[in-house]
Amino acid sequence: MATTAGTLPQYATNTGLWSWITTVDHKRIGTLYLFTGFIWLLVGGLEAILVRTQLAVPNSTVIDADLYNQLFTMHALTMIFLAIMPMTAAFSNWLIPLMIGARDVAFPRMNALSYWLYFFGGIFLSSGFLFGEAASSGWFAYAPLTTNQYAPGRGMDFYTLGLLILGVSSMVAALNFAVTIINMRAPGMTMMRLPVFIWMTLVISFLLFLALPPLTVALIQLMFDRHFTTHFFIVDGGGDPIMWQHLFWVFGHPEVYILILPAMGIISEVLPTFSRKPLFGYAAMVFAAVAIAFLSWAVWSHHMFTTGLAPVPRAIFSANTMLIGVPTGVKIFNWLGTLYGGSIRFTTAMLFAVSFIPLFTIGGISGVMHSSPPIDSQHQDTYMVVAHIHYVLVTGALIGVFSGLFYWFPKMFGRMLDEGLGKWQFWLFFIGVNLAFFPMHFLGLAGMPRRIYTYDAGLGWDFWNMVSTIGAYVIGVSVLVFIWNFFKTMSKPMDQPNNPWGAPTLEWATSSPPPEHDFDVVPVVRARDPLWYDRDHGLEQPQPTGHEHIHIPPPSYYPIVMSFGVLLMAVGVTTSLAVTALGIPIVIYSVWGWALEPTS
Amino acid sequence: MRMPRGTWRQVATLVGLSLLVSILSGCAISGAYAPMSSVAPASDHAREINTLYRLVFYLAVIVFIGTMIASLWFTLGFRDNGRRQARQFHGNARLEVLWTIIPVVIVIVMAVPTFDRIFAIAEPPPSDAIKIEVIGHQFWFEFRYPDLGITTANEVHVPAGRAASFTLRSDDVIHSFWVPQLFGKVDLVPGHENHVWFTPDAAREEAYLGQCYELCGLSHANMRFRMFVDDTAKFDAWAKNEAAPRSPSAVAAGEAVFLRQACIGCHTVQGTTAAGKVGPNLTHFGARTTMGAGIMPPTADNLAKWIRNSADFKPGSLMPAQATATLNDQDLQALVAYLQSLK
Repeated sequence: MATTAGTLPQYATNTGLWSWITTVDHKRIGTLYLFTGFIWLLVGGLEAILVRTQLAVPNSTVIDADLYNQLFTMHALTMIFLAIMPMTAAFSNWLIPLMIGARDVAFPRMNALSYWLYFFGGIFLSSGFLFGEAASSGWFAYAPLTTNQYAPGRGMDFYTLGLLILGVSSMVAALNFAVTIINMRAPGMTMMRLPVFIWMTLVISFLLFLALPPLTVALIQLMFDRHFTTHFFIVDGGGDPIMWQHLFWVFGHPEVYILILPAMGIISEVLPTFSRKPLFGYAAMVFAAVAIAFLSWAVWSHHMFTTGLAPVPRAIFSANTMLIGVPTGVKIFNWLGTLYGGSIRFTTAMLFAVSFIPLFTIGGISGVMHSSPPIDSQHQDTYMVVAHIHYVLVTGALIGVFSGLFYWFPKMFGRMLDEGLGKWQFWLFFIGVNLAFFPMHFLGLAGMPRRIYTYDAGLGWDFWNMVSTIGAYVIGVSVLVFIWNFFKTMSKPMDQPNNPWGAPTLEWATSSPPPEHDFDVVPVVRARDPLWYDRDHGLEQPQPTGHEHIHIPPPSYYPIVMSFGVLLMAVGVTTSLAVTALGIPIVIYSVWGWALEPTS
Repeated sequence: MRMPRGTWRQVATLVGLSLLVSILSGCAISGAYAPMSSVAPASDHAREINTLYRLVFYLAVIVFIGTMIASLWFTLGFRDNGRRQARQFHGNARLEVLWTIIPVVIVIVMAVPTFDRIFAIAEPPPSDAIKIEVIGHQFWFEFRYPDLGITTANEVHVPAGRAASFTLRSDDVIHSFWVPQLFGKVDLVPGHENHVWFTPDAAREEAYLGQCYELCGLSHANMRFRMFVDDTAKFDAWAKNEAAPRSPSAVAAGEAVFLRQACIGCHTVQGTTAAGKVGPNLTHFGARTTMGAGIMPPTADNLAKWIRNSADFKPGSLMPAQATATLNDQDLQALVAYLQSLK
């Protein structure tokens, strides 16, 4: 479907660096998120490879304690905040308007702001490495190890300010997504016809803008403790380090679902398409996700079972945590129900999606084990927990991202990723993750603590650490295969039809890649799987009727200018307050310019 | 649906692989092979936790194998063979209710014994329990027996068959105190006082290994300790010796160096004027089997190198390096001999 001539406002150039810097097009912002997130995935992966290299043999001296602590801390922060969240946000950006039949998100310039804040925030968070003092107190940064007395360098300043910037970015994105999903659906796209991926995005948007405030409070308190001599977390001044843990995990546990729910959404799109049948139990899937989101507010203290919590709260948080297993179990059974009776095509996207089910189940099961405080007292802070989070976030969230990449690549770039290389990547990845992460269960039960840079021989840890390190390298190779696949595919001409997979959702009704205005005519939704309904009932989507004015928001450079001002304000805290002072007028200028900018 | 034979074979292979993994895991974590195994209990509380763990583990294995078989069966059994038509259905209310109830039942089966254990572990220790205070420091454990007048570090002794009750505090950042075979871990939190108690089964010559489990800084990995479960006679002898001032046969020349140097600012040796409280109490250092918080044997060579620069072994160690200008080699040798003579 070619762009109808004359429908586009002509004030925008569509190529060149400047067009990317000023773009407010949700698809281009999605692509920016995708590439930036992928680069950070490589950085986080390199950090992991270095950590695993150090741990391959006992009493290893490849990396010293200081660098090791920085590497595992930054590995977690990079993967969570700079790779997985942004890559799922890339799908949300690309797909929300396309899947609900809209032409853009509700606030296109805010969308750009959220990307540029992420761009600068990510660089700032990681820039500690340039000075040899990246954050090194673990990603959950338990006070008082993070106070000036025990973390005198600038590492924790990169942490607090970096996460504050990224928090603003996520907050802006979440509001934008929620408003778009609620308000901009095409005619007939009722809430209970929304694709499950969109439902998941809506749920995590609410989780984000409710979860970020407690983190923001904690970060600001920590910044005040470090720079303005308050004592929120310092015992000698009347503070309490346990308060940090409460505030952090009130954010931190919903954050886990913020990472995993979009991946669950992706596979809920991929499984029906390649099984050629509708999702089993759509309503249950949606309500299960909402139930998980609600319960996620009442489980944070399960991260704190060993801190000396009294028995009654221990029992309550334990019960709430176990309950999350119920909606999660419903989701797993419904995915299995979706496969049952299908006619399944084993594309790479489908292989990733199918392997999500048993592998995520492993992470889910170990999570349920840890929900019992007595058992948790034997697993907390051992490699058992490391195994658990990696089975949830790598073979859950990341496997979902790869599934989505293979599935939507033709829509995004008009080209089909090579299936042969894709299968190589899948099998290497599948073998790699299980080699890397399954032995961590054994290590954890054998008592190996997490976050140790060295260990003695003779504790039963040697062999499985070596296996795990080999697995990490295999994962690295599988990602290299993907990069090769990407460049090979991008060198080919665009040749994909609107709907190469025969998928049921609206994004496949427009061209691949879609025109800037997404749909020539706003689509009509008659059922939950609109394209299959149309196909089965011989119906057509409406066609353009001559020239039609389509309003497309104009590009703007204020988002990047404002983000740069915010970056300067943060840099000032780690260098000189003069830099902060320079950042403030830049932010004010861009807010002013933004407010007065014509929108058409 | 009938499964084709190929599918059966694949499912069978998978179940076989799962069993192999289970056997491997059994070997990997047995107490003989892994001395810090959390599934080789040697005390009352550890055994009760392990019983609960086993229940949950078997449930987990059932759920896991069930999910694996279903995923494989449904994907391989329903693959597109060019003839198969996908069956168009949107759900099945009865099934969905059923598989909401199944996890609820599993949760209840787990929750009831869990709650029982939570409250059992929180019971106060028996009145005859031996009281021990544990204080976490970067990066070593201090142990005090208030009723016996003992202060020691990194090696703790408890009598077999009698409850041992620990009061946990921290002097700086959060640490965590755990001997996997003996009890469930509890954190040492500055500004808070935590408690844990258990009754060890039987005396054992070999020490139980423990270490810090909460990231506490550069040498978190080097913050280890040993717990000895002694029979009553051996424990009493140990306690009597520990409570006494330093051995009268301590090397006098070394003691002179010790008292002249900065050592006394941080270390205590009872029976001398050294009364520092920052570092480990050294009164009976020579009786310990390890040094540097359980990271190496206290050989003369290790001790000499440690005193020269402890950060070579233990990054972030608070003990200042001693150059030859402040401590010449002869004095160092005397000091090492002195420390080893503090039996």
